[in-house]
Amino acid sequence: MNGRESVLSAIQGALSGVPDSERPDDVPPSTGPRADHAGPDVVGLFAERAAEYRATVVRVPQADAAAAVGRALARTGARSLVVPPGFPEDLLPEGPWSRLADVPPLTVAQLDAAEAVVTTVATAVAVTGTVTLDHGPGQGRRVLTLLPDQHICVVRADQIAPDVPEALRLLDAYRPLTLISGPSATSDIELDRVEGVHGPRTLDIVVVEDA
Amino acid sequence: MSGADNVVWLGTPAFPEAARTALADTRLRANLRRATGTIRDKRLAVAAELDDWEELRDTAAAVKRRTLRHLDHHLLRLEETVTAAGGTVHWAADAAEANAIVTRLVKATGESEVVKVKSMATQEIGLNEALAEAGIRAYETDLAELIVQLAEDRPSHILVPAIHRGRSEIREIFRREMGEWGRPAPEDLTDEPRDLAEAARLHLREKFLRAKVAVSGANFAAADTGTVVVVESEGNGRMCLTLPETLITVMGIEKVLPSFADLDVFLQLLPRSSTGERMNPYTSLWTGVTEGDGPQNFHLVLLDNGRTATLADEVGRQALSCIRCSACLNVCPVYERTGGHAYGSVYPGPIGAVLTPQLVGVKNAASLPFASTLCGACYDACPVKINIPEVLVHLRAEAVEAKRRDRLLPTTEALVMKAAGAVLGSPRRLAAVQRLAALGARLVARDGRIGALPGPVARWSGTRDTPAPARESLRAWWRRTRTPTSEDARTTAEGKVRR
Ligand code: SF4
Repeated sequence: MNGRESVLSAIQGALSGVPDSERPDDVPPSTGPRADHAGPDVVGLFAERAAEYRATVVRVPQADAAAAVGRALARTGARSLVVPPGFPEDLLPEGPWSRLADVPPLTVAQLDAAEAVVTTVATAVAVTGTVTLDHGPGQGRRVLTLLPDQHICVVRADQIAPDVPEALRLLDAYRPLTLISGPSATSDIELDRVEGVHGPRTLDIVVVEDA
Repeated sequence: MSGADNVVWLGTPAFPEAARTALADTRLRANLRRATGTIRDKRLAVAAELDDWEELRDTAAAVKRRTLRHLDHHLLRLEETVTAAGGTVHWAADAAEANAIVTRLVKATGESEVVKVKSMATQEIGLNEALAEAGIRAYETDLAELIVQLAEDRPSHILVPAIHRGRSEIREIFRREMGEWGRPAPEDLTDEPRDLAEAARLHLREKFLRAKVAVSGANFAAADTGTVVVVESEGNGRMCLTLPETLITVMGIEKVLPSFADLDVFLQLLPRSSTGERMNPYTSLWTGVTEGDGPQNFHLVLLDNGRTATLADEVGRQALSCIRCSACLNVCPVYERTGGHAYGSVYPGPIGAVLTPQLVGVKNAASLPFASTLCGACYDACPVKINIPEVLVHLRAEAVEAKRRDRLLPTTEALVMKAAGAVLGSPRRLAAVQRLAALGARLVARDGRIGALPGPVARWSGTRDTPAPARESLRAWWRRTRTPTSEDARTTAEGKVRR
């Protein structure tokens, strides 16, 4: 018997007490209306909770969005910026940084040397202060937001879902998904929180309010 | 138990002996108390934020139990969807089989090193050791696992495996060992957590950038879409899941969920229960392979290794609902005092006490179901409502039964208890025995405590410190001080007369 058959027959043997009439899909639905944890001010809550995770959050009107990205870059002094394909040009600031496009794909070494990356997001979650990437246009391959030290996300206010279940419903399971809540962090040494272990040390979130 | 199995660390003493050593380590206890206390408080605060927390727990418990009742169906579905998304599914009945599969897959890539995301399943099967035997070096990339690996130590907590190490110890480990494994620690390394984390970052980054193969575990997998989920904070997981060409995920068969939509409950419960955060910094989800993004070869190894035996036990089965949040460890008074190593198992704490004996057979971890006070704190904390005390009691009965079957003779305990019954049933006999015991015990006691005794009660007495009985029993004392003396009797009698 190969592994597959032996595991499956062991499972079936173990479950012989389960009546045949019981259907596997007969699971009580786990989604559905539940308590609203977000309250009325979804955007405000998102900004507050993301900031609690030590992300730098600013709320700006559309007209100021590009400048806000520029201020985030100036703050860290980043000189090279990765811009994924499909990122809206009108959100890109003028400035002294060199722009790296991922077409053709950048090498890992190039990305490791890059100082910042700017992306849009797929959704965000107010209650948890999370941004979610599905690596579609404007977000790029997963590695783009992993190696550079600063990640700047531009979030449209209407992309912010109140809570985790709503955000998940908006996502496409067949795309690679990354849920990001604050910068990389560890608490492995005496439970002292340290930011920036492997992922970006700095997470900047620019919330565009009237997009 | 087969030699390849790592669920129980061979050669470690049974819980009572190991606990005795751990209890003597005051620094370990102080570290643990501080750490578990901190996480505990954070967890309570963020759980209280969700006013439907109890409903979420109920839902999670229901989903998990229902999934287990039809596990074959959901696994076949998962196999189908992962395959359709470009992944390859493998089934492993035991540790040896799983290790052989992973070793073969790594060999096929022509590589001799792999990077690893922290994973209980691969620890359980002793994958690193098996790979080493095949000439493949496995690098742990989670900071705590790195500390444990460099120190040739064992993890002591599900979530914070190096919880037993202090910062200066970690600095020494880094300075001494990093050079052996790759980029050495900087000369001027301090014991500041920030500096230590930076040293780990530099040490590991070169490994991430050159790695061609990664091995991970999985927190969840959704059967309807084939999506696999890894939850982490440092970004080492993302590195492993993204940079290499080949990704091999070893997942216990109990980790499957019926649907992607079920993730919402678990993604609310897991981070809040484990680190006390609303959400962990990074959650990665992937479905098969995505062209042009991440590993182009994805293998999912479905691991049994004792899980189907656990599934067969209708009381014990619920332990398979565990989402490894470690909340039960952090509230457990026994864990807080002994630390994880005392359990001698990959799975420490209350969940270890019920899961380990089931995975390896109660006979092989007979002391673990007794490593608990049955206070119930673990049940209250568990986000999937595993009734750990119920399973503990159930397994205790099994352990005793197994012992009895083995010997086909009454155990010493049984004989002692029978004798005790006879003695306790008769005041006269009790008094006689008490006088004898007080005398005898005071002869063997040191500092007022009785340690290990020779003879048939050696095992019983060796695992507990019993206070030596008082010189005199309460009954004897009562009789001596309260029984009316002839003098008292006279007074009383006279009083009666006067009235
Ligand atoms: S038994 Fe429950 S509390 Fe303990 S680790 Fe598992 S899920 Fe968490």
